Amino acid sequence: MKRQILCIAFFTAAATMAASAETINAAGATFPAPIYQKWFQDFNKMHPDIQINYQSIGSGGGIRQLTEGTVDFGASDMPMTDEQLSKVTKYKVLHFPTVLGGVVPTYNVQGVAMGMNFSGPTLAGIFLGTIKKWSDPALKKDNPGVNLPNEDITVVHRSDGSGTSFVWTDYLSKVSPEWKSKVGANTSVNWPVGLGGKGNEGVAGLVKQTPNSIGYVELIYAAQNKMDYGSVKNAAGNFIRADVASVTDAAAGEAKEIPADFRVSITNAPGKNSYPISTFTWLLIPDKIDNPTKKKSVTEFLKWMMTAGQGDAAGMFYAPLPKPVIAKEQKQIALIK
Amino acid sequence: MASAVVTAPPQSRPRKLTNFWRDGDQISHLVTLLFAASVLLVTVFLVYELWIHSGPSRAKFGFSFLTGKTWDPVAEQFGALPFIYGTVLTSFIALAISVPLGVGAAIFLAELAPPKLSNACTFFVELLAAVPSVILGLLAIFTLVPIMRQYVEPFLKDTLGYLPWFQGPAYGVGYLTAGIALAIMTFPFVISISREALLAVPPEQREAALALGATKWESTWQVVVPFARLGIIGSIFLALARALGETMAVTMVIGNDTSIHTSLLAPGYTIAAIIANEFTEATGDVYLSALVELGLVLFALTMVLNAAAQLLIIATTRKGSRQD
Repeated sequence: MKRQILCIAFFTAAATMAASAETINAAGATFPAPIYQKWFQDFNKMHPDIQINYQSIGSGGGIRQLTEGTVDFGASDMPMTDEQLSKVTKYKVLHFPTVLGGVVPTYNVQGVAMGMNFSGPTLAGIFLGTIKKWSDPALKKDNPGVNLPNEDITVVHRSDGSGTSFVWTDYLSKVSPEWKSKVGANTSVNWPVGLGGKGNEGVAGLVKQTPNSIGYVELIYAAQNKMDYGSVKNAAGNFIRADVASVTDAAAGEAKEIPADFRVSITNAPGKNSYPISTFTWLLIPDKIDNPTKKKSVTEFLKWMMTAGQGDAAGMFYAPLPKPVIAKEQKQIALIK
Repeated sequence: MASAVVTAPPQSRPRKLTNFWRDGDQISHLVTLLFAASVLLVTVFLVYELWIHSGPSRAKFGFSFLTGKTWDPVAEQFGALPFIYGTVLTSFIALAISVPLGVGAAIFLAELAPPKLSNACTFFVELLAAVPSVILGLLAIFTLVPIMRQYVEPFLKDTLGYLPWFQGPAYGVGYLTAGIALAIMTFPFVISISREALLAVPPEQREAALALGATKWESTWQVVVPFARLGIIGSIFLALARALGETMAVTMVIGNDTSIHTSLLAPGYTIAAIIANEFTEATGDVYLSALVELGLVLFALTMVLNAAAQLLIIATTRKGSRQD
């Protein structure tokens, strides 16, 4: 009996000790989860009293948990819609872009080594099922001199709901009116054609295995796995191969017209070096944090993330934020009351 | 139920509280009853939760949810038919392969094989049953899918291509591949439980058959197997339950296409797979509740098939007793 009491006392003591460090709970997007985990760990090393727990349960889950008030802040790969924002009654939600990512077309065409070019309407045509063969004139026009086989195209898309699919379909909606009216943009859509693979690895696996197929994956995934991927024609008419610089350029191209609440899609951005299938990923922060220590911790973290934190991005294949965007965001921190 | 708890033990003993609690039988009765009731409680709670959370979807679509063929998260139009079709079809393919294979293997292991071989094989069967489905799914992607695409599906198209079930491009992923992956996953269950059922048949049954001049095979097929049929049917329905609910391995090889195809080579979808795929990123009340309603549909489907199982057992039992 005595031992039991001791035991209970020990665990209570341990629990209170852990609680004395400020614990902040966050949940949301999976795409930026690796860099968030690194950021929260590094930040914890500098401020041992601040512990941020991040659960990468998906953007939808992050928005839901924030709406229900079960987490201190959320994270999402797409901005919250007006409808979603109207459901959050206790406070307003501020969008803070953290890093950028790109989505790239990956393909497996027999006899074609690398470096294929795709224009937006061609990609839309392929994913709508109206461009059926690799030898289609539209593809030949984008790839002069490439010996394209007269074979059927197998389309591969994500089967799981994903911010990657959102960016991809958002881009296709911008470049193709037909895609916009027939399919639209969302984390999952009613795909007109194709096979579904689960996650980046599922899509990459199917593309690798299936001859004459095309799919799309996150730039990070393609870069980490040293996969070949195609260039995409941007709004200025140049074929751009996605990399950290060209994705940041897309945000810079859009920076002047960025709305005050940062809810913006930067697909098909202007600028001659902008990669057109790029996106911000956002932290969703309440504008009213009642607990003063929590409020201080969150604002401290945001300031650090926008300065020193950005240095971690490129090494992990995330594109860092352009300077004008950071300047705008720093002003937004003052709105947290 | 409460009256059953306080039923007095056979000996007439003064029913004092101290005696009541000293009596181990009463306590064990109460405790185990509570445990048994918890199963019912969990089931009822599960249905209640699914029912409540599928509210917006049920209100919007009504029964047309069951017959709708469109799954469009953008337009918020949801119908369950492609997923019901995919779930039933893949489970049927799985059982069509795993039941003859599993029962045949069980007969060999229980009746015909030397004990040493039987024990060794049983060990491996149970090992196979314990492999997590995601591992089998990975193996299916890397081995089964290429084999299906390069050899099996072209062969089926060449030989049976005039049938509507074997047409269209050979992707390697689709209903047939998912069914085969499920068959690999379910047949250890069929073997393991059928073998136990066959071993439980009293030796007198065999001896009687042999004494009447039956051959070894006749005694096995006409006496032992019918005697063990309840256990064998039980194993089949356990396999069916696993096939209906299997998620990871299926989503990895079925192609995840939300439309209905006649061809077994075409990509499709199952209920469990789409819930797992889309739940985390589902935004919007109708979308989320449509996914929950799919869970309800899967629950109902399992109930219906289990009821069918009970009917089948009753029917075969009658048939068996008439033969006796």
